Amino acid sequence: MLDQSEGYMTADGRQIGPVVMEMKNITLRFGGVEAIKDISFDIREGEVRAIIGPNGAGKSSMLNVISGFYVPQDGQVLYKGALRPPMRPYQVAQQGIARTFQNIALFEGMSVLDNVMTGRLTHMKTGMFAQALWKGRAEKEETENREVAEKIIDFLEIQAIRKTPVARLPYGLKKRVELARALAAEPSLLLLDEPMAGMNVEEKEDMSRFILSMNDEFGTTIALIEHDMGVVMDLSDRVVVMDYGKKIGDGTPDEVRNNQAVIDAYLGVAHDE
Amino acid sequence: MPTDLLYGAEVVLNGLMSGVLYALVALGFVLIYKASGIFNFAQGVMALFAALTLVGIMEGQVPFSHLINAAFGTDIHHFGWHVPAVAAILLTLVVMVGFAYLVQRFVFRHLVGQEPIILFMATIGLAYFLEGMGDLMWGSEIKTLAVGLPQGGSIWVEENTQWMGFGNEDFYGFFIDKLDMVATVIAAILVLALIAFSQYTKQGRAMRAVADDHQAALSVGVSLNFIWILVWSLAGFVALVAGIMWGAKSGVQFSLSLIALKALPVLMLGGFTSIPGAIVGGLIIGVGEKLFEFSFGPMLGGATENWFAYVLALIFLVFRPQGLFGEKIIERV
Repeated sequence: MLDQSEGYMTADGRQIGPVVMEMKNITLRFGGVEAIKDISFDIREGEVRAIIGPNGAGKSSMLNVISGFYVPQDGQVLYKGALRPPMRPYQVAQQGIARTFQNIALFEGMSVLDNVMTGRLTHMKTGMFAQALWKGRAEKEETENREVAEKIIDFLEIQAIRKTPVARLPYGLKKRVELARALAAEPSLLLLDEPMAGMNVEEKEDMSRFILSMNDEFGTTIALIEHDMGVVMDLSDRVVVMDYGKKIGDGTPDEVRNNQAVIDAYLGVAHDE
Repeated sequence: MPTDLLYGAEVVLNGLMSGVLYALVALGFVLIYKASGIFNFAQGVMALFAALTLVGIMEGQVPFSHLINAAFGTDIHHFGWHVPAVAAILLTLVVMVGFAYLVQRFVFRHLVGQEPIILFMATIGLAYFLEGMGDLMWGSEIKTLAVGLPQGGSIWVEENTQWMGFGNEDFYGFFIDKLDMVATVIAAILVLALIAFSQYTKQGRAMRAVADDHQAALSVGVSLNFIWILVWSLAGFVALVAGIMWGAKSGVQFSLSLIALKALPVLMLGGFTSIPGAIVGGLIIGVGEKLFEFSFGPMLGGATENWFAYVLALIFLVFRPQGLFGEKIIERV
């Protein structure tokens, strides 16, 4: 597990690389409440990693620890093999970790294209004075970033709404725009907090397709939280199962499905499985 | 052409010019309000402080000289040098950026997530603190600001508009203050530069992101702290420009901070979140109050300029609470 060079081959023939993110004995408390209790797991390069569990299991808290919105009281976060000191969320984003939110956090007043372009902010090097003085380089950079943004807009099939202000879009499309913005950052690790929450079957199918082809075509490493068990089992390479802040299972979908603790805590009482 | 009509036109022109100055102050409010939701009551005092600092630096005044003299029994007031206007403006800009940093570091960083009314109260405290600081640093006497801006009416405009009277012997051409003309040009450049900055630069884009959604801005790698310092610096820069214009017009005195109150009706007209709104609002108030004074002032006993703007804002509040250009307030039940 600790061997950084180690990887594995998936059943559908994708090469999974070394560990990119490792959580070691993470404990997170809010006052007296322990949201996460001594959890360790890792995420490998090129992998689709799911975190599942019943409501209140601490899944979102875990994602917030990875993205820097919460700072754990105990434990270590290792990113690309190096210990990560406590960081602000914007610093984490600058390190190449992009995310979406359960309740969608978009720039409502901006167009879809502008939203996706903000995803490129971490790639914009030229400072404001250089931009004022050295117009050519700034323009070149703008064009390059624009090309990446347009490519992602095409990829997620939202060309038709490029110029539409986000506030006017329906929920399902907003979720997709948020994904586009996160993807525009060309992240080393993409965190998706319930990407399919509140969607209808058709929208869920679309989103699943995007997640899979994103991983396939761009090799994006993805960690996602999802409630829909069927979706999780189809999408992910490995699954972490949480319950009441503890890790009760970790492994391939099949392993997790047959894990008695998981069946007791989650699958056995799930209403849609 | 009838004399009254010509005078009316001149009143409108002068109103437009004074509206530009209102717009400049309102612009500072809009910048900070958009990016951080803080209604900065201290914007007017910032203009005063910037103007005081500019004069102080230009004339080589020793800051805190009263305090130093009282404490050490010395009698120093001036360094004995004069700093050229351009260098002094740059130095003042540095002071305003430093002020922006201190405000963010020691006040608003500790108030993140607080109610708007608490943030507003903090800016009132800031206003009085800054006013006192200005007094302590540079003294309270009225100063003249001579940065080389032209003064007096423009003879060129007067001579070249005389024909518009079409033989009317009472009309000698429009009287327009040169300073007002310069202020208009500078304000226009400033606004264009600000718009270009927010549309086309990385920091401008980050600024718009922060103005729209804090959480989303964080997730795309924008430091809220940095953007807030940037926005306060920009507001400080706008305050400096406004301070120079007003200071050159009527001397640097502490009543300068009251122009902030005139920016309130401007914002109510234009909307608190719109840069074009601040400009148009400023122009409407400027023209409106001059024209009203010209037409109805004598009937109402004069001095209508003191209250006209507020009454106009009140009427707007009833019919269009979000202002002319503000984001529409939609309540869904």
